[in-house]
Amino acid sequence: MTGADFVQLSLTPMLIAVLAAIACALPGNFLLLRRQALIGDAISHVALPGIVAAFLVTGVVETWPMMAGAAGAAVVAVVLIEAIKRLGRIESGAAMGVVFTAMFAAGVLLLERSDTSGVHLDVEHALYGNLESLIWLAGEGWHSLLDPAALAELPPQLGRLAAVLLLVILFVVLLWRPLAIATFDEGFADTLGIRTRLLGFALVVVTAVAAVAAFDAVGSIIVIAMFICPPAAAQV
Amino acid sequence: MDGFLQALLLQSGYNAALVAIGAALLGVAAGGAGTFIFLRKRALVSDALAHATLPGVGLAFIAMVALGGDGRNIVGLLTGSALSAAAGLLAVEWIARRTRLPEDAAIGAVLSVFFGLGIVLLTVIQTMSAGRQAGLQGFLLGSTAGMLLQDAMIIALAGLAAALFVFAMRRPMTLVAFDAEFAATTGVDVRRTDLAMMGLALLVTVIGLKVVGLVLIVALLIIPSVAARFWTERADHLVLIAAAIGGASAYVGAAISAAEPQAPTGPIIVLVCSAVFAASLLLAPRRGVLASMLRRRRFQLRVHRRQGLLALGRAEPILDGLTLAVLRREGLIRRDGVATEAGQAEAAKALRDEARWRLVRQNHASEAVAARYDGLTPIEAVLTRDEIAEIDRRLAATSGVVR
Repeated sequence: MTGADFVQLSLTPMLIAVLAAIACALPGNFLLLRRQALIGDAISHVALPGIVAAFLVTGVVETWPMMAGAAGAAVVAVVLIEAIKRLGRIESGAAMGVVFTAMFAAGVLLLERSDTSGVHLDVEHALYGNLESLIWLAGEGWHSLLDPAALAELPPQLGRLAAVLLLVILFVVLLWRPLAIATFDEGFADTLGIRTRLLGFALVVVTAVAAVAAFDAVGSIIVIAMFICPPAAAQV
Repeated sequence: MDGFLQALLLQSGYNAALVAIGAALLGVAAGGAGTFIFLRKRALVSDALAHATLPGVGLAFIAMVALGGDGRNIVGLLTGSALSAAAGLLAVEWIARRTRLPEDAAIGAVLSVFFGLGIVLLTVIQTMSAGRQAGLQGFLLGSTAGMLLQDAMIIALAGLAAALFVFAMRRPMTLVAFDAEFAATTGVDVRRTDLAMMGLALLVTVIGLKVVGLVLIVALLIIPSVAARFWTERADHLVLIAAAIGGASAYVGAAISAAEPQAPTGPIIVLVCSAVFAASLLLAPRRGVLASMLRRRRFQLRVHRRQGLLALGRAEPILDGLTLAVLRREGLIRRDGVATEAGQAEAAKALRDEARWRLVRQNHASEAVAARYDGLTPIEAVLTRDEIAEIDRRLAATSGVVR
């Protein structure tokens, strides 16, 4: 593979994958330590109905409505999980299993029934992503990196992921102390006046946003690997 | 609607009937097997199990094609998926036992890694010449449309086997699910029973791949038992109810999807199942949300009635709106808040009850009785008539009046 081919075909997918992995691993650390690793699993499944709903409402395949939809779906899922845990006195793993499978089924159904054949929103794509299609046609070699006209042709996913990564980093850095305290000792965090439930919620929303951003790159299921594997490896 | 009824009565074609029966058997087996996993609090292990089947499907396909056979042979594909799911299960066990990672992290890691591997294999297969019409995507979300008689028979037989297995293993599995340590002391091999439990889940998962797909088979394992939990407190009933819910929702779901060609079977089955769950959550007689709301409301009304009566008896003013409403509705007070005759009688009774209770609670000898004081239970419900007479005598001696 020559340098030109590499820049054109492989550079952007690799960059996107790296950015996505970092954006997911950061909140993943906290999820893992809070024994909520599978929230990432649940979120990645419910992102599908969120995205489909956002598409049905707005009628366009745009990133921001899709992200909002997925984040909304994640919040709905977390609220439902909590409600089932409390109202039904059901153990959290089972509550999670009930909610995310039901929402995922609803998502698949919506997707199959709605007329989405014309757009690139199909189930398989949603499930395992489409990294290899994110090529940089204008990139004709290493020199293109300095060519503004070619840079403008970069796949938009790259910029989006960079923005999301920035958001995630900001979230983690700004809220480092409360997050760390709430993660290790929720009761102590409460006595310090940290709004632990709000914080947990924010963490879930950030996780959802990261999941959706990574969605284009790796699809909704393998995102879980990005949430769990790096922090788990780090912990071992 | 007609189409749905037809499908429900197995009248809408040979294929649809096969699918409905196969799905129902699968639902029964999944509901029964899922119950034990749910009671063992390992519901999400089934998620890892389900996702771990995918590489097996891919590898089996590749192997069968390489050996010159037809890659779509369902027995071969299911065997492959069972092997890789077993590998995934052992990996979860191993990570959870040998490293510091909690089980949920192990589940997530195994699930995603296996699934990723599976996707890679599927992509490879798509580029193979024999892979053009492989239809392996159907394993992701299930596809019953092209089900053959052979497929349906295999599903039915395996479903039956799973159901028999549940029946045979129900005692040790119940024991382990509730109290693993106690089970160990009675001579049950906990590790082996756990593995059997998971093996059962594995069997169901593998059968379910073709019907609902690997993402949603988890739902059939988890949701029926969680829904059934609202209806009973007994483990043996739980298994039966969960099996019934699983079977019924799979059957109805398959019928709906037969009547509506646009509705994919797997998601419909899961949605029917979750509708059953939602109904159970709301309407179940004892653990349901509605029932506990009613219970709380009744309790609240009883407290207000009692406190209102005590206030009446002590001639204190009643300010609380709800208390006034309760008393007024029972005709204990008039519109202007003055006690009626019945109200005065009830108030006197409440005061006397309270006085008797006070004496009982002061007396340390009757501590067991005093512990049942909640400000609501009339003392007649706790003590015999003779005992109450004794209390009244003592009351009369201390205050000189029995009110």
